[in-house]
Amino acid sequence: MNLDAKIPSGPIAEKWDKHRFDIKLINPANKRKYKVIIVGTGLAGGSAAATLAELGYQVEAFFYQDSARRAHSIAAQGGINAAKNYQNDGDSVYRLFYDTVKGGDYRSREANVYRLSQVSASIIDQCVAQGVPFAREYGGYLDNRSFGGAQVSRTFYARGQTGQQLLLGAYSSLSRQVGLGNVRMHPRTEMHDLIVIDGKARGIVTRNLVTGKVESHIADSVILATGGYGNVFYLSTNAIGCNVTAAYRAYKRGAAFANPCFTQIHPTCIPVAGDHQSKLTLMSESLRNDGRIWVPKSADDKRAPNDIPESDRDYYLERKYPSFGNLTPRDIASRSAKQVCDEGRGIGHTGYGVYLDFKDAINRLGKDKIEERYGNLFEMYERITGENPYEVPMRIYPASHYTMGGLWVDYNLMSTIPGLHVLGEANFSDHGANRLGASALMQGLADGYFVIPYTLGHYYAAEGKPEPIDTDHPECKRVEAEVNEKLNKLLSINGNRTAVSIHRELGNIMWEHCGMARNEAGLMKALERIPELRQEFWENVNITGENEDYNIALERAGRVADFLEFSELMVRDALERKESCGGHFREEYQTEEGEAVRNDDDYCHVSAWEFKGVDTPPVMHKEPLVYENVKLTTRSYK
Amino acid sequence: MKLTLHIWRQKNVHDQGRMVTYKLDDVSPDMSFLEMLDVLNEELISKREDPVAFEHDCREGICGCCSLTVDGIAHGPERATTVCQLHMRHYSDGDEIYIEPFRARAFPVIKDLVVDRGSFERVIQSGGFISARTGSAPDANSIPIGKDEAETAFDAAACIGCGACVAACKNSSAMLFVAAKVSHLGNLPQGQVERQERVLNMVAKMDEEGFGGCTNYYECEAVCPKQIPVKFIAQMNRDYLKAVATSD
Ligand SMILES: Cc1cc2nc3c(=O)[nH]c(=O)nc-3n(C[C@H](O)[C@H](O)[C@H](O)COP(=O)(O)OP(=O)(O)OC[C@H]3O[C@@H](n4cnc5c(N)ncnc54)[C@H](O)[C@@H]3O)c2cc1C
Ligand code: FES
Repeated sequence: MNLDAKIPSGPIAEKWDKHRFDIKLINPANKRKYKVIIVGTGLAGGSAAATLAELGYQVEAFFYQDSARRAHSIAAQGGINAAKNYQNDGDSVYRLFYDTVKGGDYRSREANVYRLSQVSASIIDQCVAQGVPFAREYGGYLDNRSFGGAQVSRTFYARGQTGQQLLLGAYSSLSRQVGLGNVRMHPRTEMHDLIVIDGKARGIVTRNLVTGKVESHIADSVILATGGYGNVFYLSTNAIGCNVTAAYRAYKRGAAFANPCFTQIHPTCIPVAGDHQSKLTLMSESLRNDGRIWVPKSADDKRAPNDIPESDRDYYLERKYPSFGNLTPRDIASRSAKQVCDEGRGIGHTGYGVYLDFKDAINRLGKDKIEERYGNLFEMYERITGENPYEVPMRIYPASHYTMGGLWVDYNLMSTIPGLHVLGEANFSDHGANRLGASALMQGLADGYFVIPYTLGHYYAAEGKPEPIDTDHPECKRVEAEVNEKLNKLLSINGNRTAVSIHRELGNIMWEHCGMARNEAGLMKALERIPELRQEFWENVNITGENEDYNIALERAGRVADFLEFSELMVRDALERKESCGGHFREEYQTEEGEAVRNDDDYCHVSAWEFKGVDTPPVMHKEPLVYENVKLTTRSYK
Repeated sequence: MKLTLHIWRQKNVHDQGRMVTYKLDDVSPDMSFLEMLDVLNEELISKREDPVAFEHDCREGICGCCSLTVDGIAHGPERATTVCQLHMRHYSDGDEIYIEPFRARAFPVIKDLVVDRGSFERVIQSGGFISARTGSAPDANSIPIGKDEAETAFDAAACIGCGACVAACKNSSAMLFVAAKVSHLGNLPQGQVERQERVLNMVAKMDEEGFGGCTNYYECEAVCPKQIPVKFIAQMNRDYLKAVATSD
């Protein structure tokens, strides 16, 4: 397996410019001869589809919801980073680059991150031009807030609905292209497999979620922008439909999967209320700007929060990390919450919760100001919990939120399968072992608006127009037959357990053994239990109805089947990486104070896994990470 | 608590459809409304019956997927709340609940509680955008926008495209949905160039898709989970009249 990252030569600040000059172009009249399939229309896929269509390519877009506007990017709350330095507080392209590399605990690729920082400013320009109503100051200029892991204010936001507004921006540009006839949309269509012909990605096999029809679609290349796999934990802040299916099936066709164990557990989510829980709701990180996190000093203290005096509270983040305080990066804030709960000091009826308290901020700024900043989040909290956060502190606990791991891509965002590009959360590229808040929206839009429009043209120009084929090609028929066979098998099992109950059980295994803290014994146990559960699924799952229908049980089961294979890969990766870095905390590798111990001598690489068969262990390949600009140090937020 | 549910079941677009009654025995007040339906579906699958199809994804009140009419009200009894954010603590033991899809001529039923809202897509495609090619934008701060203007635009932009406004309206009018987009873009300086063309195209498309007209019942505002105010309909009407008057 060839893991050449194709990083351009030259000084880091000049690589992207140089590359854009060096890459080959397709002349405007020829662009319309090329057709690209884009799976996913969130920020990454939506922005790519709109931009590629504007350039003249023929675009076909696929997604499982009824509308592109409903991709899970819509749910992002807090904001989007950009190195605009509008606050004159010392920000720069280099500082955003540096913060992102450091925040990722030195497990990302320098050149990619630098490019991300460079294009970040253009993203804000583009979004404003589309009509995204970012927050403004009284003078009419754009406002910023600060986010975890940074000491400058570089986060642009639109109330607590930044993702919604950015996605509606991309969606409006995409809708314009649909109206002009340049993009063909395939809503309620799920990708089930990738078609690779002569070593190149040439199409996909999909299932229509309304009619059940399985069919092939052919193009000159394929782009995946299918989001993250946080639902491997069953409970997460992701939408119910978020899945690993598209990425995983591409992996089974030969695309390397990079760093699957790098997952992000977000510190501020509403705690689990009971067994019926179907998902967890994020309370934006921006709340940590004004909220203070604490637990009682004593495990025996069962008083109501407002009855606990200051002297009996432990503001543990402020105590342990005085310079970043409540704004430490997510991995650290989550782990600290777990630690205090493991000590028995957790709050709420399950004991898995900590307080996020706004009393001081309300006293200092007034209730109106807090309402203006976070009003909709406070309302959402009250709707879900029945408690009023203006009066009692919020209860929060970490939850699965984002996945840094994903399909391996080179500097051009191409996977190890030529012609398969991967954008947004679905690729592994820019966040290393931990993503900083407000950087996923930035990355998705950078990939879609400003990177793929160049690198896709380069691929086409370098490879030339591939041989024309149609959906009668034997490879299409073969892959379709495999997909049909799998669906029929699922429907024929007729066992006694629902796919949801098996998914929930898988989630428990993963949360316990491959969640916020991991150790060898636990991971080994997971490695035993996952194949057992997978076997139980294939022998005992109960899926009602038929394929030729809007069949919600079948839809869910297909996704669970892939999580049941993928989770094993995640555990293997976690087992293999014998160090603690970012979101990957191996209990064996920590200091006496409980801080992560990274091992740069042995693990300063990307782990890219190659599929070898469902019951055969995959093979790991290493892409060494070379740091020419940033010096590797122990991350300190003290 | 124990509940009796009366749910609209319809196999597909051609089927007549009917209400079917189900009983649930163990509903916790902390459940969301959709989690209550999850419990029902798990029971149905275990009994080898077809689960109730309903649309949902984010379950946070932002994607606009969920689309249930509960006891005759789009998104149910709580104001400013999508049905996925409605919690069972608002119900009591022994309650009977009627659950139906969003009903409108322009939203045909696909199955059970799932409807086809493709008509909204086509309305947006007809003009709900600012034509700003990627790469052509000036520096973001070169267009100062007053805080109040930006806030007004935001109030309209908050629409999640769920279609409750249409389901609530006895004319099945999409005026609030269309007005929200027209006003979002029309209240911003960037949206001025295409302002007239936009409103003309979107209104024409709305009529073509079979949505009814507005006769000022304002049921739409009452059910809107994002509380988009009807004043935007008035603004759209003004824009529309002006555009008609000045176009040829
Ligand atoms: C609650 C929440 C809040 C967040 N807040 C922030 C924030 O404030 N700032 C920030 O920077 N980041 C935030 N993030 C992270 C960020 O929102 C996501 O990482 C990002 O939006 C992902 O975008 P995407 O385009 O890669 O994928 P998505 O938006 O998830 O889109 C995936 C697309 O793929 C399609 N798809 C998936 N699988 C298939 C399949 N098998 N077949 C066909 N189509 C498929 C879907 O239909 C969808 O169109 C948040 C995330 C969550 C969950
Ligand atoms: S499921 Fe997303 S708004 Fe209700």
